[in-house]
Amino acid sequence: MPLKIIASTCTGCSACEPECPNVAISEKGGVFKIDPSKCTECEGQFDAPQCVSVCPVDGCIVQA
Amino acid sequence: MDASTLAPTAFIGIGQIKPLGAAPEPASHGGCGTTGGEGKASCGSSDGPQDMPAEIWEKVKNHPCYSEEAHHHYARMHVAVAPACNIQCNYCNRKYDCSNESRPGVVSQKLTPDQAVKKVLAVASEIPQMTVLGIAGPGDSLANPKKTFDTMRMLHEQAPDIKLCLSTNGLALPDLVDEIVKYNIDHVTITINMVDPAVGEKIYPWIFYNHRRITGYEAAKILHERQMLGLEMLTARGVLTKINSVLIPGVNDHHMMEVNREVKKRGAFLHNIMPLISEPEHGTYFGLNGQRGPTAQELKAVQDACAGGANLMRHCRQCRADAVGLLGEDRSEEFTLDKIEEMEVVYDLDKRRSYQEQVEAERQQQHAAKLDALASAQASMPEVDADMKVLIAVATEGHGRVNQHFGHATEFQIFEVSRDQAVFIGHRRVDLYCQGGYGEDEQLPSIVKAINDCHAVLVSKIGACPRDELKAAGIEPVDQYAHEFIEKAALSWFADYAGRVGRGEVAHQPRGDASIRQGAFTSEAAA
Repeated sequence: MPLKIIASTCTGCSACEPECPNVAISEKGGVFKIDPSKCTECEGQFDAPQCVSVCPVDGCIVQA
Repeated sequence: MDASTLAPTAFIGIGQIKPLGAAPEPASHGGCGTTGGEGKASCGSSDGPQDMPAEIWEKVKNHPCYSEEAHHHYARMHVAVAPACNIQCNYCNRKYDCSNESRPGVVSQKLTPDQAVKKVLAVASEIPQMTVLGIAGPGDSLANPKKTFDTMRMLHEQAPDIKLCLSTNGLALPDLVDEIVKYNIDHVTITINMVDPAVGEKIYPWIFYNHRRITGYEAAKILHERQMLGLEMLTARGVLTKINSVLIPGVNDHHMMEVNREVKKRGAFLHNIMPLISEPEHGTYFGLNGQRGPTAQELKAVQDACAGGANLMRHCRQCRADAVGLLGEDRSEEFTLDKIEEMEVVYDLDKRRSYQEQVEAERQQQHAAKLDALASAQASMPEVDADMKVLIAVATEGHGRVNQHFGHATEFQIFEVSRDQAVFIGHRRVDLYCQGGYGEDEQLPSIVKAINDCHAVLVSKIGACPRDELKAAGIEPVDQYAHEFIEKAALSWFADYAGRVGRGEVAHQPRGDASIRQGAFTSEAAA
């Protein structure tokens, strides 16, 4: 199950982008999006999804 | 930069004006020294070359944030290349982005490193007294190391005369000290709000560290340890450090002296204690939960209590992460991406140097004239109790003089005046009283609130209406020292006031407290 970024609450701060171990996050129109084909929810890589852990907006990154 | 050289005794700051007979003490470690007697309380950023080693004076003399005197002459700019942050603070809400709002952490336009360099060169050509470039966010400069250091590297190559600074929460600092030194970044600000994780966990809900979101006491403990380590490492490398602390009543106000002591011990050059900016509409945790900011007197009490420890900066305007210009002004609207695209940018180092030499000469003349004026004001001081101290507000457009119309002031400088000296203690931001040539009566109560702890307000001119209302509020409007140097005007007024008190014409009464207006200055707010 991939994660997605809710564009309307994304501040475009870019904190998530370099943390993604799968290079699944990119910028589009000032906000960020997750490529669902690359997202692993960090399973087997980290205890918790890196993007969710670093995102300053609660509830911005959720299950797709 | 720093092409011009100074005579070793060229300047002394306002805070250096000492009572007769007070001998200077030797400079303390790491930089700004302390001075004897009353001068001590105001030392900090008002210091001059005799208070510190020559190489440190070279680093601070043209830096508006590190030298109170320099901030009247030299400008700074911030470029917003660092949007990401690695911690959450309860006074910060990164979602809010509006040009009418002004506080650290807020910007209108994010920049790439290439855009930032172009903007810096454009501003440096237009504003030759712009001597300092900082990266202060809007997130954390060191949580965006690639963007921050790419920008610094290019500027180090293309604009070698500009001083480079950055500000950080300190979490990533120990890992990046080598990079900081490599690009000759010789001023670093660390925001340190506590030296006790039990206090810290009330300020920081979480940090992101070693690939984990960490909360509570553990988060604050890691942050604290990283901040102290980073500060020690910078001191060991000779990088000047300023510590910013947000004063949060009921959370860290009683703790601030300890913060001051600990950062001084680790070699911090300057300590800037700033009021919490907290309004529900900012959407911050503190704002939404009714945490208030300090009053003017609460802030002053904490600053005064810390005097004698690490030196205090008192002229901070808490500017945005994309501010441009002198402190207290913001010209960022003149340098938006669209506008710099159309500008012809010629980075002329010689032109900048010669302009800065002019500024330096003017600064020296102004300083000498000020000293003369002060000596004459002090000579005519009547017999007064040395402990009698009052605050006054001053309207000024710069050049160190009382030269602004009351109705045109968007901020007042506050001086603490006694028989022996007039010491700058800070600024108060106000809403413009005079708009379109007419006084706005509804603005006056907010101005009175902002300077309510002052006995007098010194202006170049003032209309009849606000004059009467200020008097009714117990604040004396004073325009007879128009265009004089501020310290001379302040001491002359004080001599006159003390004389009236001595003759029983007025009763000397303590004033009340004043409120701190939320947010820094923006051009929009003044328009």
